[in-house]
Amino acid sequence: MKNCEYQQIDPRALSVSPQSAQNHADKKLQRPRRKWQVFPGKNRFFCDGRLILARQNGILPLTLGLIIVTSGLFFAFDCPFLVTHLTVFIPVIGGVLFMFVVASLLRTSFTDPGILPRATADEAADIERQIDTSGSSTYRPPPRTKEILINQQVVKLKYCFTCKMFRPPRTSHCSLCDNCVERFDHHCPWVGNCVGKRNYRYFYSFIISLSFLTSFIFGCVITHITLRSQAGKNIVQAIQESPASVVELVICFFSIWSILGLSGFHTYLVASNLTTNEDIKGSWSSKRGAEESGNPYSYNNIITNCCVTLCGPMPPSLIDRRGFLPPDEVISVAAASEVELPPFIPKSEANMCTQSTKDALERMLHSTDLHGLCPSGTPKTTPMVLEVLSAPETKELSLSSGCSHQLARQAVVDPCPPFSKNNRRDSLHSINPAFRLASPSPTLSRSVLVLGEGPDIVFSPQQH
Amino acid sequence: MGLIKDTFHNLQELRNSASLANKVFIQRDYSEGTTCKFQTKFPSELENRIERTLFEDTVKTLNNFYAEAEKIGGHSYLEGCLACVTAYLIFLCMETRYEKVLKKIAKYIQEQNEKIYAPRGLLITDPIERGMRVIEISIYEDRGSSGSSSGSSSVSGSTAR
Repeated sequence: MKNCEYQQIDPRALSVSPQSAQNHADKKLQRPRRKWQVFPGKNRFFCDGRLILARQNGILPLTLGLIIVTSGLFFAFDCPFLVTHLTVFIPVIGGVLFMFVVASLLRTSFTDPGILPRATADEAADIERQIDTSGSSTYRPPPRTKEILINQQVVKLKYCFTCKMFRPPRTSHCSLCDNCVERFDHHCPWVGNCVGKRNYRYFYSFIISLSFLTSFIFGCVITHITLRSQAGKNIVQAIQESPASVVELVICFFSIWSILGLSGFHTYLVASNLTTNEDIKGSWSSKRGAEESGNPYSYNNIITNCCVTLCGPMPPSLIDRRGFLPPDEVISVAAASEVELPPFIPKSEANMCTQSTKDALERMLHSTDLHGLCPSGTPKTTPMVLEVLSAPETKELSLSSGCSHQLARQAVVDPCPPFSKNNRRDSLHSINPAFRLASPSPTLSRSVLVLGEGPDIVFSPQQH
Repeated sequence: MGLIKDTFHNLQELRNSASLANKVFIQRDYSEGTTCKFQTKFPSELENRIERTLFEDTVKTLNNFYAEAEKIGGHSYLEGCLACVTAYLIFLCMETRYEKVLKKIAKYIQEQNEKIYAPRGLLITDPIERGMRVIEISIYEDRGSSGSSSGSSSVSGSTAR
């Protein structure tokens, strides 16, 4: 983890080259990319961002396979016997349970557990500014904790260095997925995803229904073998007639202990409104001597706790996987991810739009004046450049309005495009290092900071 | 759509005459637990830009909206149980209560921006765009002239160098 919050601008990224012009032209022709394609966490996305899974999901196929194989064997080998000897409801109940288990499992695996998007550059800067009030020039990493009062109880909020924000209460950073997850329970390898606020109820219904399913299959198989051996044969013969039952017995026997145990444990957690994470860490156990430190989130009523956890309102996904990136942000991933050093930012980290930087650079590429840029020559070219730049301004607006999905939000959120005038000048400055040193204006900082619609992009290069 | 065009037009005027100076972040208030609630403390940067009461009203209304979305009661339990029984397939045709309230919030913020904040050179970003962590308020400064003429702003900008 780097101590330095800001990285140096890479002059190469900002310099004009025919190659970058070509790449830029190519990328302009590409379809606008969706946000999931630049998501910084270690996740995999399917169905164009509709489904999300952890990158390490090796055991999910095993889980699915075990369930399907066991149930398949049950339906194929045990059910015919039991239907004729007992009742037709056995495969019906088995079928319903099986469907429920698979549906819950898939829901748990492919739902966003409550991932918090990473803080934008401005937010991160703002937080830093709030803590670093002494204004010293030497850089100090932000303190790691902040204490707040929740229901008259002191709770420590930790600062997440990856996501650049103070984690809300009950949020934890999953190292396997490299995301902060709200109400983080645990990362379940069997399910191939984190279990958090948004998919805890699916996880719980999965393990409960799985315990019913395994118990049901176990019971039916035992009944089956017993009935067979009662009809005049002994057990060995009965097993020989139906070898699949043994397989099912073994699988069910070993899974029942763990599944039932897990169900019981999670029922306890649900009833006391705790997460696995909190329980393991003992966050709310009274170990602080005389002071009673109970769970501040509990409603002190088992039924209320259960209802809130399992039947509470379903919060939306915060990471907006299927949203479109602003059109010109594609290139900025390389160039704009680097931020100027603090000394060059006398004012606060007033942000800048990636889009206007992009447009600025774009116009640099297209304008012929570009190659004539030199410290003394800039004043001459400035009015011409401005003329060139003012024309495409309307084009920018239409660009952003062309993306209908973002239209409503962009109108409120993203004031970028018409800012280009000021920012283009800054880009002119920043392209020429000599110029930069000569006039470090407050506006200078704007030419390189990234913000806005792509919080994810800023921090991806910092991952190691 | 008309609403969006109007907002765009107003914001366009704002942008033509102003430049982004600063951003203020209203953090979450966790005193009541993990429910979504924002601090109503008036930030000092907005001291000269907007009346305290207007700001507090906006934040309090937003807090009420979020409280409504996250309210646990008969309606949410019914929704939860119905969803469970239908194996959550019901969400393919019906949107959750939370989503409905989020739409109301988006509309409200747009309205507030148009009527109150944009005329004062401010702009509120919907918290959902920032992962419900903060309410981001962008502060714009009028550049040179008091009017909103795009011609003068470029001249004043170049002389500001």
